[in-house]
Amino acid sequence: MSAVIDSHKEHGHAGHDHHHGPAKGLMRWVLTTNHKDIGSMYLWFSFAMFLLGGSMAMVIRAELFQPGLQIVEPAFFNQMTTMHGLIMVFGAVMPAFVGLANWMIPLMVGAPDMALPRMNNFSFWLLPAAFGLLVSTLFTEGGGPNFGWTFYAPLSTTYAPESVTFFIFAIHLMGISSIMGAINVIATILNLRAPGMTLMKMPLFVWTWLITAFLLIAVMPVLAGVVTMMLMDIHFGTSFFSAAGGGDPVLFQHVFWFFGHPEVYIMILPAFGAVSSIIPAFARKPLFGYTSMVYATASIAFLSFIVWAHHMFTVGIPLTGELFFMYATMLIAVPTGVKVFNWASTMWQGSMTFEAPMLFSVAFVILFTIGGFSGLMLAIAPADFQYHDTYFVVAHFHYVLVPGAIFGIFASAYYWLPKWTGHMYDETLAKLHFWMSFIGMNLAFFPMHFVGLAGMPRRIPDYNLQFADFNMISSVGAFTFGATQFLFLFIVIKCIRGGKPAPAKPWDGAEGLEWTVPSPAPYHTFSTPPEVK
Amino acid sequence: MSDALDNRRLVLRLLAVVAGMFAFGFALVPIYDVMCQAFGINGKTAGAYQGEQVVDEARQVRVQFLATNAAGMSWEFGPAADELTVVAGASNEMLFVAHNPTDKPMTAQAIPSVAPSKAAAFFHKTECFCFTQQVLQPGERIEMPVRFIVDRDLPKDVKHLTLAYTLFDITARQPPVAQATLAQTAPSRAAP
Repeated sequence: MSAVIDSHKEHGHAGHDHHHGPAKGLMRWVLTTNHKDIGSMYLWFSFAMFLLGGSMAMVIRAELFQPGLQIVEPAFFNQMTTMHGLIMVFGAVMPAFVGLANWMIPLMVGAPDMALPRMNNFSFWLLPAAFGLLVSTLFTEGGGPNFGWTFYAPLSTTYAPESVTFFIFAIHLMGISSIMGAINVIATILNLRAPGMTLMKMPLFVWTWLITAFLLIAVMPVLAGVVTMMLMDIHFGTSFFSAAGGGDPVLFQHVFWFFGHPEVYIMILPAFGAVSSIIPAFARKPLFGYTSMVYATASIAFLSFIVWAHHMFTVGIPLTGELFFMYATMLIAVPTGVKVFNWASTMWQGSMTFEAPMLFSVAFVILFTIGGFSGLMLAIAPADFQYHDTYFVVAHFHYVLVPGAIFGIFASAYYWLPKWTGHMYDETLAKLHFWMSFIGMNLAFFPMHFVGLAGMPRRIPDYNLQFADFNMISSVGAFTFGATQFLFLFIVIKCIRGGKPAPAKPWDGAEGLEWTVPSPAPYHTFSTPPEVK
Repeated sequence: MSDALDNRRLVLRLLAVVAGMFAFGFALVPIYDVMCQAFGINGKTAGAYQGEQVVDEARQVRVQFLATNAAGMSWEFGPAADELTVVAGASNEMLFVAHNPTDKPMTAQAIPSVAPSKAAAFFHKTECFCFTQQVLQPGERIEMPVRFIVDRDLPKDVKHLTLAYTLFDITARQPPVAQATLAQTAPSRAAP
């Protein structure tokens, strides 16, 4: 038994009464402190939220299938766009990466568990409470949040529905959960690495998560702060965001985006890390430029703190400000470019095979780069006055989030499913899942560039007739993408229930400590730390 | 390798970072105000100006006046004249008229803004009704002065600037009962 568990006992953290395997029944899941159990719960929770947020996207696309109002009331449409954004960002993408971190980081650094297992349990169980609270607002009389996922004041204060208070508490709970998860990740990585695992020997997924965790503890408190200010404006008579009392609504946007911009990197950096493990495995070559990858990730994280005002070029910031934020934003293309070139160089002259994880990873590199290019266009301050609040922005961030974050998660899921379940997934179905997702997603989001440039505003349930054809194509693509995700659910369930037994290392070129333990990974791994040379 | 002490120390440090960043979120509020006033960003003007200026007869600037009611505000509110051509460095006065047509006493707060925003730092108000709150009895009408100096150092390309007021109904926040004292009270946070 390692020093970790012994010393936990000294400090009254005993209670590892399931040394020989999981407890039975429902209470196993409620009380578990096992990183694999908690990781699985995170992943299932995030998938449930992905389907819920996705069904809201289907409502949006159904309404936009044709011009005119036909299916939902505009007020409800606003709630759908808001909740879709909130649920996908805080409920689907972030918990999925925390789930992957829980499962894989201890296995990758040779630790027996996360450093703070009880806190781990608490940070997971806050999430169902938070999202229960958030989703319940849809059933209140005044409806749920309808001010957009960015909840700009005064829409979210003076003009907010009554349920905004529930929204604020839900955000607080999610924030506490994320902060605890981040602290846990940092403690695990810094304190529990196997002997010989120096920082620069860590897999990139661990590196990117370490940096993500620091981003989380730096900006989630700012988000907590901004919703606390809203709460005080709404209920305690302060005027942080009310001009009548000496406050300023533009202040809200500054504080929000000070959180919001690092947040977008929180959603993408772990995907960078996962893809940096998967591409070498299927190209059968070591990752090109490991060190530059680490420094590029750190640079992106640093730059993310000084670019927030590029989200608000049109609010009337001075010319020097626009120039500063424009150039700082464009600077991010440099470390990101380093990463893309490194991935391409890793594949160059490799013996590549295209199993599902690799397909998703290659699509990730290509499509994320397209999203990056539209990001560069948006970074150009004078051009942004045209693009601002149009579907071009919607196209941009869906290109970085769907084939970026979500494809990164799919790639990781297929890559590590054999380790999690002990079975190989159905490769044919997985490839079908990839191609349907790929086609559906491009069909849904690519036309949005065109309608956006032509001036179609976002978050509006109706549009001009000239946008009708492109919107219909978008909706067909969105329905395809949405329906395809049930195939993913089927593939995962099929893989859990059976299939070809997976060897300890199912992928030829895969590297890392996680492949040294049997598949499925036993309930307790690395009770004795492995030696890393 | 780790022991629990390491974990505890690390967690405490990380929690300190979390607490610090939470505080930083709130610190952004005064930082934002200071930045806006120092650089005249966002059209924000500073409080009462104390200095004096030498008049520069050669420099003439058109100052346009705007008055807007915020949502839900029912007063009649407007400047006595639409615009004034002023000389840089000289003191000027403009009257704004407000009338409460309702049958209830009400409190109002005017918030100024200067456009173009880079001119805000060069627009000095020596006296302004926006420094205090206004209480009007039912049917009451008042004339409220604003005295201002346009700075000689106003950027050369600015030949025309706009002083805009938005009038907010703050009756709910500051009931007009104790008007004598309230009228002197600055708004709850930083004077506009």
